[in-house]
Amino acid sequence: MTAPRTLYDKIWDDHVVHQAEDGTCLLYIDRHLVHEVTSPQAFEGLRMTGRKVRAPEKTIAVPDHNVPTTLDRANAATMTEDSRVQVQALDQNAKDFGINYYPVSDVRQGIVHIVGPEQGWTLPGMTVVCGDSHTATHGAFGSLAHGIGTSEVEHVLATQTLIQRKAKNMKVEITGSLRPGVTAKDITLSVIGETGTAGGTGYVIEYCGQAIRELSMEGRMTVCNMAIEGGARAGLIAPDEKTYAYCMGRPHAPKGARWEAALAWWKTLYTDDGAHFDKVVTIKGEDIAPVVTWGTSPEDVLPITGVVPNPADFTGGKVEAVQRSLDYMGLKPGQKLSEIEIDTVFIGSCTNGRIEDLRAAAAILKGKKKKDGIRAMVVPGSGLVRAQAEEEGLAQIFLDAGFEWRLAGCSMCLAMNPDQLSPGERCAATSNRNFEGRQGRGGRTHLLSPAMAAAAAITGRLTDVREMMGEMV
Amino acid sequence: MDKFTTLTGIAAPMPLVNIDTDMIIPKQFLKTIKRSGLGVNLFDEMRYTQDGKEIPDFVLNQPAYRSAEILVAGDNFGCGSSREHAPWALLDFGIRCVISTSFADIFYNNCFKNGILPIVMPQDVVDALMADARKGANARITVDLPSQTVTTSDGKVFAFEVDSHRKHCLINGLDDIGLTMEKAASIAAYEAKAATLRPWA
Repeated sequence: MTAPRTLYDKIWDDHVVHQAEDGTCLLYIDRHLVHEVTSPQAFEGLRMTGRKVRAPEKTIAVPDHNVPTTLDRANAATMTEDSRVQVQALDQNAKDFGINYYPVSDVRQGIVHIVGPEQGWTLPGMTVVCGDSHTATHGAFGSLAHGIGTSEVEHVLATQTLIQRKAKNMKVEITGSLRPGVTAKDITLSVIGETGTAGGTGYVIEYCGQAIRELSMEGRMTVCNMAIEGGARAGLIAPDEKTYAYCMGRPHAPKGARWEAALAWWKTLYTDDGAHFDKVVTIKGEDIAPVVTWGTSPEDVLPITGVVPNPADFTGGKVEAVQRSLDYMGLKPGQKLSEIEIDTVFIGSCTNGRIEDLRAAAAILKGKKKKDGIRAMVVPGSGLVRAQAEEEGLAQIFLDAGFEWRLAGCSMCLAMNPDQLSPGERCAATSNRNFEGRQGRGGRTHLLSPAMAAAAAITGRLTDVREMMGEMV
Repeated sequence: MDKFTTLTGIAAPMPLVNIDTDMIIPKQFLKTIKRSGLGVNLFDEMRYTQDGKEIPDFVLNQPAYRSAEILVAGDNFGCGSSREHAPWALLDFGIRCVISTSFADIFYNNCFKNGILPIVMPQDVVDALMADARKGANARITVDLPSQTVTTSDGKVFAFEVDSHRKHCLINGLDDIGLTMEKAASIAAYEAKAATLRPWA
């Protein structure tokens, strides 16, 4: 009998091509996702050495970081010259190396981490990598998914493997159920608030517990997406009936007998009773409140009912970091979070740009208007999410509320495209990073859930969404 | 990749915790299709004003640290985005070694692919090295990878741990892809086995 294994142990064991004496492993990669920012140097490396892409059929590319999200983006003038060069380089590399490609003109184009699952490329038990830290998203399917640098992108293109040492196992259990108004985004931010942004360093996290089981696939993707913000190499959730139902019928999911064989395999993908975790964090689902970030690190998170903290309440290097954050954010200790006025609302990103996120925001906005003077935009995560939202009438709710209804892309999550904050502008954002300058130099970011972002658009300040749901704290 | 054996150089103190890759190289500089030339924009938004003037207080703008080759930094250095532009920018500026209590996983990996040595040390050692770095340009720290030691300007020696495979690659300037290509037969054998076990993958 073999020793009990975690889900991570099982996926890892299934993918070891070679193990060296010192424990360094060559790990096989089932899916390699590629975008335009972190790949040009890797393809150039292949050209210079005369190497080919080993498994073009397992390689999927889509431009997302640079692409404008305005309706006139077919006009080349909407992109800066350097952005255009990067996107054209991806067009050319996809063609030259024969990889699967969703160009800007394809309705299926979108953020790489939304397109992968949507098209059925991401499936349980796979190893998935991409030159992008938010590759952790795909862990929601029980696939081992993590970000890599450009040198590793080249390594995977050339060999379909990665040199890796195994990480440690960490379990994050969310017990019980979430209260109304609390979402997957609040779970993932609250976990980071508890463990810190380096708390997961050296680990792969498995999220489990009733509250995780009760999440939709979209919600699970939101949770795993931000595993990287907690420092973890990857986040995982064991597949279940919801996972299978999501995958079934997707363009690149198996069909017929292959589907049955896959399903039988997927049903073995769970952590065995008694398997060892090196670290365990348990949070009660009912204790999680709708949260917002106040600082410039995702660990700077508090319930919306809280106040801006005092640097003196911290220790070590964090004292200076908090002071710097508050100066940058233009906030004072003791200030109520729910009194912070905002200029901009951004709903989108690989964290919260899926259909369920748009439904949650639309449910709050229905029949209401954004506050005058607020700039508000919804950027669907893919062309297909956009089409579905239009079909469900969500787009009209956003337009009636005074939001801009955009085309798919990374948009204001990282401001490598025309969607940016100006210095001093304050944004309620459903994205994943509140770093200095992340959304534009001098821009101030408060991370929150789509429902909370919608509430903030209506009042013009960070707002407890529960007040709009008729349930007071 | 350039080899890394020993390095004696100026160390710049950056005690701030959670220095993220957006700080190291902001996104507007990721639109390049090359690996070189990013050093001038290293720490751009901390280093220059909006109109491009140097901010004199920033450590790498101070005369003592303009040619620093080592950074001594606060916890969780390199967190955030996977952008390899971060180590490319450090390298292009001339930084070959970063010392901290902890590094974000992807950044840590990326350093080794580019001939940069990231060293993890306990808090008290980082504090001692930070104090040494604060002494300025005449104080030089020596990093010796073969013997896995860091020596301060006043002769204190601290040992550090490093993965044996990574150490070997760094000392010899080895290309990972070349090494892996030598295992092509193992990869092909794995693919043949996986095609039977998991034909849908």
